[in-house]
Amino acid sequence: MTKKDNLIELEKVVIKFSGDSGDGMQLTGTLFSDTSALLGNDLATFPDYPAEIRAPQGTVGGVSGFQVHFGHSKVNTPGDYADVLVAMNPAALKASSKWTRRGGTIIIDSDSLTEKNLQKAGYLTNDPIEEDKLGDFNIIQAPISTLTRETLKDTGLDAKSIIRSKNMFALGMVFWMFDRPMDHSFEFFEKKFKKNPVIVEANKMVLKAGYNYAETIEALTPSFRVNPAPIPPGRYRTLSGNVSTAWGLIAAAEKANLPLFLGSYPITPATEILQELSGRKDLGVKVFQAEDEIAGICTAIGASFAGRLAATSTSGPGLALKAEAMGLAVITELPLVIVNVQRGGPSTGLPTKTEQADLMQALYGRNGESPVAIVAASSPSNCFDYAFEASRLALEYMTPVILLTDGYLANGSEPFRIPKMAELPTIHPRFADPSNQDYQPYARDEKTLAREWAVPGTPGQEHRIGGLEKMNITGTVSYVPENHQVMVDIREKKIQGMQDSIPELSVAGEQEGDALFIGWGSTMGHLASATHELLNRGYKVGHAHFNYINPLPKNVAEVFGRYKKLIVCELNMGQFADYLRIKHQDFKYHQINKVQGLPFTVQELVDKFEQIVEGN
Amino acid sequence: MDIKTIQYTPKDFKSDQEVRWCPGCGDHAVLNAIQRAMAELSIPKEKFAVISGIGCSSRFPYYMNTYGFHGIHGRAGAIASGVKVANPELCVWQITGDGDAMAIGGNHFIHEIRRNIDLNVILFNNEIYGLTKGQYSPTSKEGSKTKTSPFGTVEPPFKPGMLVLGAMGKFFARTIDNNIKVTVEVMKEAAKFRGTSVVEVLQNCVIYNDQVFAEISDKQHKLDRQLVVEHGKKMIFGTNNDKGIVQDGLGLKVVTIGQDGYTEDDILVHNAHDPNPYIHMMLVNMQLPEFPVVFGVIRAVQEEHTYDAKVEHQIASVQSKSVIKNMDDLMNSGDTWEVK
Ligand SMILES: Cc1ncc(C[n+]2csc(CCOP(=O)(O)OP(=O)(O)O)c2C)c(N)n1
Ligand code: SF4
Ligand SMILES: [Mg+2]
Repeated sequence: MTKKDNLIELEKVVIKFSGDSGDGMQLTGTLFSDTSALLGNDLATFPDYPAEIRAPQGTVGGVSGFQVHFGHSKVNTPGDYADVLVAMNPAALKASSKWTRRGGTIIIDSDSLTEKNLQKAGYLTNDPIEEDKLGDFNIIQAPISTLTRETLKDTGLDAKSIIRSKNMFALGMVFWMFDRPMDHSFEFFEKKFKKNPVIVEANKMVLKAGYNYAETIEALTPSFRVNPAPIPPGRYRTLSGNVSTAWGLIAAAEKANLPLFLGSYPITPATEILQELSGRKDLGVKVFQAEDEIAGICTAIGASFAGRLAATSTSGPGLALKAEAMGLAVITELPLVIVNVQRGGPSTGLPTKTEQADLMQALYGRNGESPVAIVAASSPSNCFDYAFEASRLALEYMTPVILLTDGYLANGSEPFRIPKMAELPTIHPRFADPSNQDYQPYARDEKTLAREWAVPGTPGQEHRIGGLEKMNITGTVSYVPENHQVMVDIREKKIQGMQDSIPELSVAGEQEGDALFIGWGSTMGHLASATHELLNRGYKVGHAHFNYINPLPKNVAEVFGRYKKLIVCELNMGQFADYLRIKHQDFKYHQINKVQGLPFTVQELVDKFEQIVEGN
Repeated sequence: MDIKTIQYTPKDFKSDQEVRWCPGCGDHAVLNAIQRAMAELSIPKEKFAVISGIGCSSRFPYYMNTYGFHGIHGRAGAIASGVKVANPELCVWQITGDGDAMAIGGNHFIHEIRRNIDLNVILFNNEIYGLTKGQYSPTSKEGSKTKTSPFGTVEPPFKPGMLVLGAMGKFFARTIDNNIKVTVEVMKEAAKFRGTSVVEVLQNCVIYNDQVFAEISDKQHKLDRQLVVEHGKKMIFGTNNDKGIVQDGLGLKVVTIGQDGYTEDDILVHNAHDPNPYIHMMLVNMQLPEFPVVFGVIRAVQEEHTYDAKVEHQIASVQSKSVIKNMDDLMNSGDTWEVK
């Protein structure tokens, strides 16, 4: 590889690969981010794709994008605006140029700028640059299609296969721009197309051709380098939120010494959890692809009754279907992890977009007084930690626990520091002593209030549980009014008692002052970046992020009391703010809300913060 | 456990809970029959798990001194599937009603059968919603007058056996609450069969649907109106044991031995093991007055492996070949890098 002498070192860069659904943008983006991760950059990615599998070609609705933010310092979010946009056709340009930083670089396949394509994309003229006012961008019009065809003309491949690899040409160009090696991609081709050496070679050729083209035209110069980030030492890999969630569940099963059972039904954006666990037969995971979401959770409840770590995974519409069965798990006090990967709602809503609007459903969406514990992951990699934590709480407290993630976390990926299993805490499920011949299903642990779990197959502990109210201790059916009150109280107290076993709320930034940014779940990165920016601007601002929703940490009121203004930011109409109004009534809460199927941008958080803090 | 040392009596399967069904309800007899069948099966008591949905019949697990789970309406099949797949060592019984299995739980019912999970599904068919006090069910005969059909229903009923066959079921038996002998027998056969065994019990609800099966169980006529089939035996019935079923073109018909030239040799031999469901379907559909109603094991086609066993085999086979033995292996496999 040629060494470039005019390398400019950058702190952080955002690149967006944008093209038609069939253009392979997700793969292109993944190869770029994996390569950057291997170089030691910190990063965050955000895939954004249409709900339709084959959305109309060439239209804005059919655009699929993959944004990667990488840097040599901590990267919190996939970035608001791209520094470099790769647009494979006019529709991609139309959809993504407004999300590109003024003055940034736009690479566009000039072969795609035909009248027909421009029309399909909704351009009125034949000059998209002029029409979208992109004059002050660094526009690189590269004949990507032509050059790809030229590169592969002697391979004997058919025209369709040839043009399919044009994404690799674009990737090669970007590799050159950011001084990335191509070997990881080569290895990937060799693995992926093992059976088809011609395709392996073709992809390599096109990638190299793109790389060389970028070098030749020099129009791209100066080229950039992003040095490795100072991230904590250890072994790393990239992981998406969904795979991270799946792995957290398996890790919990291993630390609890129990087999893992998943009952689930496919639904975007949660399906990948089901898929990943289906492939983990090597670790003994049993996965039951049920006939619907109700069967998904009910098989999991059956598995839990049978003494296994049981989980079910879904998204909002599926969570609605599971409501009645969740109540069954509440009253039978069986351990169960319910993973809800939130998406835009109501109803089918925006299946592939992100939102945090299932919070109230998770908290209250069941009949009767039916408390469940709720934890929320806040980054793709800590989906692992909270899936583990949800399992621990379920098994140690004998209760269903909901883990909330969302489309943004599920599909996003970032470096994941691989833990050593020996360093993770052991989980202690509350099994009954198998020799106890006086087993009582609702005999409780004094501290946690967890009942005892007797596993079918154990002689002498035969017992019956079910959805009818049970007598405390003995577990026989009871309609006694006082007992019902006792059981309702216990079930709530058990959840609130978890406060003793969860960490206190901590604050990043100023520990007291003008205002506290409050968030939960997937908005963590954006809030952290916004806080950073506001601290630089001289505000006395802190950032408190909730991963425990029910129960809330013990010290919430004490933390809130240290700030003049509390600003709750979430991707819904204010569900967490309302919940805080119920739980901590002594405070006034300001809100920043957004319900567009998109994450916050750091910029809008900063702007709205300033309005709230400056206004009185 | 040494099988020979297990000696149970039906009493060992009775729990200390007072049985609360209405006096005279058909459920009592079925409970006794199942307790008897279980006692005779030589399966350690702790291996039984009895899972139900919601309905009068679904109170069943509370009366059993086994592991038991009283679920939610319609979901017994899904819960039972989870128990069995999670631990195939258990002998799992699903107790369900005609509303529970044919209406709200229809989806789970057909899919557990299609998968052929090793479960014993006991369907208490009283052709009515008992627990909610007398509304018609998907098995109520057309024209039934009930609380929600004061002028008679205008919808045709399901025959549970047809659903079982339609869902590619491997085992279907039918019995009636007041025939203890046949009930105990089919329960044992269902338990021994590997796969989803569905037993339909015609069960009288004395309060809301009394006498729906009176014509069939009427003491005077029952030998003429009931055909109890047994694999390998001729389909002969009747007070004088002189009636039989013969093939008639593409259908079946009842003949009297010694009349119209029919001899015993012409009578069909029941083949419960025939994979072709054609005759089984006709047996399921036989009804009064032209035909007797068929009881006993109508279909029992043993497959080599059940769903739950296949899951275990697949895991074992993947594990024997995989280099990933634990989470440390998995997390460190593939592309990783070291940060110093
Ligand atoms: C979700 C839900 N819907 C409705 C009911 C009310 N319900 C309880 S049992 C039942 C029907 C019971 O009929 P069946 O399954 O035939 O049982 P049987 O009482 O006749 O034994 C109904 C409608 C319920 N418990 N749950
Ligand atoms: S209502 Fe009918 S089915 Fe229910 S217990 Fe009484 S007799 Fe039996
Ligand atoms: Mg009924």
